[in-house]
Amino acid sequence: MKGNEALAEAAIQAGCRHFFGYPITPQTELAAYMSKKMPKIGGTYLQAESEIAAINMVLGAASAGVRAMTSSSSPGISLKSEGISYLAGSDLPAVIINVQRGGPGLGGIQPSQADYWQATKATGHGDFQILVFAPSTVQEMVDLVSDAFDLADQYRMPAMILADGMLGQMMEPVEIRPATDKKPLEKTWATNGHQGKRVHNVVNSLYLKAQDLERLVKERYQRYETIKQTQQRAEEYLMEDAEYAVVAYGASSRVSRSAVNAARELGIKVGLVRPISLWPFPVDAMQRAADKVKGLLVVEMSMGQMVDDVRLAVNGKKPVEFYGRTGGMIPTPAEVLGAIQKLAGGAK
Amino acid sequence: MAVVFDKPHALTDAPFHYCPGCTHGIVHRLVAEVMDELDIEGKAVGVAPVGCAVMNYDYFGCDMVEAPHGRAPAVATGLKRACPDNVIFTYQGDGDLAAIGTAETVHAATRGENITVIFINNAIYGMTGGQMAPTSLPNQVTQTTPYGRDVDIAGYPIRVCELLSTLDGVALAQRVTVDCVKNVVIAKKAIKKAFENQIAKKGFSIVEVVSTCPTNWGMTPVEALQWLRDNMLPYYPLGVYKDSEKGARLHE
Repeated sequence: MKGNEALAEAAIQAGCRHFFGYPITPQTELAAYMSKKMPKIGGTYLQAESEIAAINMVLGAASAGVRAMTSSSSPGISLKSEGISYLAGSDLPAVIINVQRGGPGLGGIQPSQADYWQATKATGHGDFQILVFAPSTVQEMVDLVSDAFDLADQYRMPAMILADGMLGQMMEPVEIRPATDKKPLEKTWATNGHQGKRVHNVVNSLYLKAQDLERLVKERYQRYETIKQTQQRAEEYLMEDAEYAVVAYGASSRVSRSAVNAARELGIKVGLVRPISLWPFPVDAMQRAADKVKGLLVVEMSMGQMVDDVRLAVNGKKPVEFYGRTGGMIPTPAEVLGAIQKLAGGAK
Repeated sequence: MAVVFDKPHALTDAPFHYCPGCTHGIVHRLVAEVMDELDIEGKAVGVAPVGCAVMNYDYFGCDMVEAPHGRAPAVATGLKRACPDNVIFTYQGDGDLAAIGTAETVHAATRGENITVIFINNAIYGMTGGQMAPTSLPNQVTQTTPYGRDVDIAGYPIRVCELLSTLDGVALAQRVTVDCVKNVVIAKKAIKKAFENQIAKKGFSIVEVVSTCPTNWGMTPVEALQWLRDNMLPYYPLGVYKDSEKGARLHE
């Protein structure tokens, strides 16, 4: 199944019946799949007049208590940032897919990982975080969409799947999790009509009293603390005896895995730490790696964004080097191998 | 003792924050009276705008969502698609509906989105202190048109009902005002029809209420009403701009 279509089918299996989109390359197949499937299962596919309208339709549907999703690619996510901030400020669950392409500006349409900062630190104005998951296979895209809906509901916050044009366009075999009988969380806060049976619910992000706003933001940050402690996800590959670690997520982790294998054949004891949750960032896995290895190499399809979080986690304990390509260029295994050799040689 | 006049049930006990003489209060009451008469408070969900009416989520007794500036029709679309049996309305001012939210307004209308829109046109940004609105009149003095709105620089005001009446998805586009008892009665009828249209699945209904802003117009409430009659109504003639009995419901 193609990555973008797998994301769509996974959302449907997770109980999403409301999708609001706007065309942009390279996520187009996702919306097209939704437009084909939703009418047949009693769901809503609606092509909005803009990315801004699409995310606000998601906000409306999420307020009503249903599982709602939108998808886009980098420039479109910038337009959605207003709505994402309001979703976070209104404690609303929703899933947003970013099939990243090169930037800034209109950039390009080739795969990129240059929206890491935007996704993990600056999805919109104000003090807030969203859950961010980074799949590296089509199967993992499917699994993470399901988890994203569950966790968004559980913590009442937006969740993003940060994919890229390579993952969105590639085809791999997948097993779609069948829809579970698991009862969805009861959303007592939803604005779906009080029917005279309760006081009116209000979904809102405006608090004119500074004390009230500070208290609410602080409550949200307590939730974030719980998430940081319980939801960190990372895969460790060949790390048992590793003297060096490559850190990479998503498409660049696939390239890095090949490079790690090639380096092992050359006798370099190197492993791979692959963040799966980008927020919360897998700090524990980074610190474990830092305790063990002589140096780390971060590989990204950007000028270096996640490397900041790796350096914060490693906290100066070990050198952290960086190799990246950007603008839609994908690093080759040979290039990454070269960077590993440089790290291994330099650390001796 | 018999109660002959009471607060509508669909208004909460929260005191309004509106300035003296502002017509928001009248329009809120009309919307609430219509909710009571149609017995829809329990299934109504209102969408509050950004602007003076931002806090109407505290005033209406039905469920309420506060939307980003201009996005109320998109938020209402999401609500309506998720809960087609609920009654969804937006309540927006001129900056919200006709400037930053123009695209959301026009496209919700042309989709025939089955929602009700209450549009307050007072030709000024009230909440931020009286800047030029998309509906400010030519030569109107505002904080950001201190020499009067120069149409060579700032362009012309938008006539929303006329604009939307060209769209197939619109079931009702009517302009009313609340400057006197007679017009209040007409306004209430229009608002009621806009809700009844939705219940009958007829599509997008908008009622534009030509309103006053005594504070930012720098007038007494009485002067403001007279200025409305002398200046606003000639530019924004009252009346029904579209009433499609057939409706234009595009989806069930």
